[in-house]
Amino acid sequence: MSHTELDRNSPTQYPLSMRLMHWGMAALIIALLIVGLSMVASLQTWQPTLLTWHKAFGVLAAILVIARLINRVRHQQPQLPSSLPKWQQLAARGSHVLLYTLMILMPVSGYLMQSAAGRSVYLFADIWLPPALAPNLTLYAVFRELHAYSALVLVGVISVHALAALHHGFVRRDGVLKSMLFK
Amino acid sequence: MSQRRSFSAMNYALIGLALVGLLLIWLTLLGVFGRQHVSAQTFVDFQQGDEPHLGFRRAHAKGVCVAGEFVSSGALADYSTAELLQQGVTPMLGRFSIGGGNPTAPDLTSPVRSFAFSLDAGANQQWRSAMNTPPVMAVATPDAFFAQLNALAPNPHTGERDGEKIAAFFAAHPETQAFRQWSASYQPSASFAQENFHSINAFYLVNADGKQQAVRWHLKANTEAMPGIEQPSSVADNPYAQSEQANDALGLEIADRIRERPVVFDLVFTFADPSDDASDPTVAWPSSRRHVIAGQIVIERVVDSPSVCDAVNFDPLILPTGMRPSEDAILRARSAAYAESYRRRAREQIFHHSDTTP
Ligand code: HEM
Ligand code: HEM
Repeated sequence: MSHTELDRNSPTQYPLSMRLMHWGMAALIIALLIVGLSMVASLQTWQPTLLTWHKAFGVLAAILVIARLINRVRHQQPQLPSSLPKWQQLAARGSHVLLYTLMILMPVSGYLMQSAAGRSVYLFADIWLPPALAPNLTLYAVFRELHAYSALVLVGVISVHALAALHHGFVRRDGVLKSMLFK
Repeated sequence: MSQRRSFSAMNYALIGLALVGLLLIWLTLLGVFGRQHVSAQTFVDFQQGDEPHLGFRRAHAKGVCVAGEFVSSGALADYSTAELLQQGVTPMLGRFSIGGGNPTAPDLTSPVRSFAFSLDAGANQQWRSAMNTPPVMAVATPDAFFAQLNALAPNPHTGERDGEKIAAFFAAHPETQAFRQWSASYQPSASFAQENFHSINAFYLVNADGKQQAVRWHLKANTEAMPGIEQPSSVADNPYAQSEQANDALGLEIADRIRERPVVFDLVFTFADPSDDASDPTVAWPSSRRHVIAGQIVIERVVDSPSVCDAVNFDPLILPTGMRPSEDAILRARSAAYAESYRRRAREQIFHHSDTTP
C-alpha cells in the first residue's frame, strides 16, 4: 500500500468486519433481486420455494443491515482521496446514503406488503413472523408498489456504484477499490 | 507496487461475480429469460382483455362476501398436524363468485360457480382455498391452460366463439376428456348452496410422523342443516330468475338464504391411492376412494362491505403447517396469476377511480 492517494491519517482499508459484511450483503441483495424479479413472472413449479426463501433471506437482510450500520459507526472509515473532484465526493456519499436507505426500505416494504395481505412470513424451523397489520388493500398497494419501484432504483444505484468502483480501481487506480478488497 | 498487479485472483473473482450478478439482474429486467413461456402477466393480460374492469379481480370479479366458521370434527387429526384440522372452531371469511372478469355479468348463466375461503388460526395456521364447480381441470399445464383460454375466447368483433378452434383444441388435448364428460352431464342448480365446490388440484396432508397423504377436497351441502337441499333444481327455480334482478339472481338468492339460516357445507376430503397421480388435475379419482368429512363450513353472515373480501387474495398456496401443495404445475400458475391480479386491482384503488361495486 505504498502508492496510494488515500489520506494518510485515515486507514487505507475498511476493517475486515466491514469488508465481509459488504461482500456478503452484496451477494445476498443481488440474489434477492434476481429471485424477486423472476418469481413475480415465471410459472415454473420451483418458484414457490424461491419465494419462501426470498422472504426468509429478505428478513435476514434486514437484520444484517442493522448490524452493519451499528458496526459502521464503531469503526473509522478510509477517506476518499483529496484529489477527487468535489462533486464526485458528494455523489459517493449520497449514493451510500441511498444504498443504506434502500437496503432498509426493501425488507420493510416486503414484510408490510405481506402483512397488509394478511399473510404471515415463514422464517426457518418453526418460526413465523405474524402479520403486523389487518388485511388492507390500499396499504397493500402502497407497500407492493414501493417494493417494486425501490427495487428498480436499487438496481440503478448498485449499477452506478459498481461502475464507479471499477473506475477507481482500473482507471484512477487510487486505492479506493482496494480499500474494500482482500489480500 | 502497481495497483494492477496487487489485485489477487480472489479479488478478481469477487469483482467478476458481482458483475455477473448485476448482468443477470439487467437481463431479467429486459425480459431475456422465459420469453417462450406464458408468465403471470401474460395470463392476467389475457384475462382482463382490452378493457379491464379497474379495481376488480381479473377472474371471478363478481361475488358475494360472506363470513362464518369452520367447525372441524378432528377426523383428519391422524393425517395432519394442522391445528385447523384438530377438533375445534376457526372463524372463516368466504366468497361465492362466478367465473370471468366482468363484475356485472349475469350470474345464473355463468358456466363456473365458485367458493373461496380464508381461515386464520395463527401465524403458521393460515389456509386459503378457491374452489370451482368442476371436479377436474381440462388441462394440466399453464401453457395448455393458456391455449384453452385462447381457444374458448369469443371473437372480440363478433362476440361468437369459434367452433373450429375449439374442436381443434380438444382434439390436440385428449387429457380434456374427464372435464368434457363432466361438462356434458353438469346441470347448474338454482342456488350456490346446492353446488359442489372442488379444490381440483391435489395437496398433501402431513402427520406428526412426517407421513404424507395426497388429498383433494370439496364442499357439499349438509342435508341435516339444510333439509331438502338435495332436491334437484334448475336455474329456472331460482326465485329471481324471472325478476328484474335476474342479472344478480344467484348472489341475491344466497344472501337471502344466509339471512334466514346458516348455509352449511361438509368439507369432504378424498384420499388418493398410490396409483393416483397427485400432480395431474385432469384425472378424476375413482369414487371408491376413501372420503373423510373434516368438518363443516358454516356460513352465518353476508359481509356487506365488499372491501373485506377485496383485501384478500385467496391464493391456494397459503396452507397451514401440516399441509403441503402437490407438484401440480397449475397450482403455481394460479398463485402467480392471483398475485399479479391482486397487485393490479390494489394499485387501481389508489391511482384510478374504480368502477361501481356490484
Ligand atoms: C433486501 C431485501 C429484498 C429485496 C432486494 C427484494 C427484492 C424484490 C424484488 C426485486 C421483487 C420483484 C418486484 C417486482 O418486480 O414486482 C420482490 C418481490 C417480492 N418480495 Fe422482495 N425483496 C426483499 C425483501 C423482501 C422481504 C423481507 C419480503 C417479505 C417478508 C419480501 C417479499 C416479497 C414478495 C412477497 C414479492 C412478490 C410479490 C408478488 O408476487 O406480488 N421481499 N422482492
Ligand atoms: C392456471 C389456471 C388459473 C388461472 C390463471 C386463474 C386465474 C385467476 C385469477 C387472476 C383470479 C383473481 C385473483 C384475485 O385477484 O384475487 C382468480 C380467482 C379465482 N380462481 Fe382461478 N385461475 C386458474 C385456475 C383455477 C382453478 C383450477 C380453480 C378452482 C379450483 C380456480 C378458482 C378460482 C376462484 C374460486 C377464484 C375467486 C377467488 C375469490 O373469490 O377471490 N381457479 N383466478
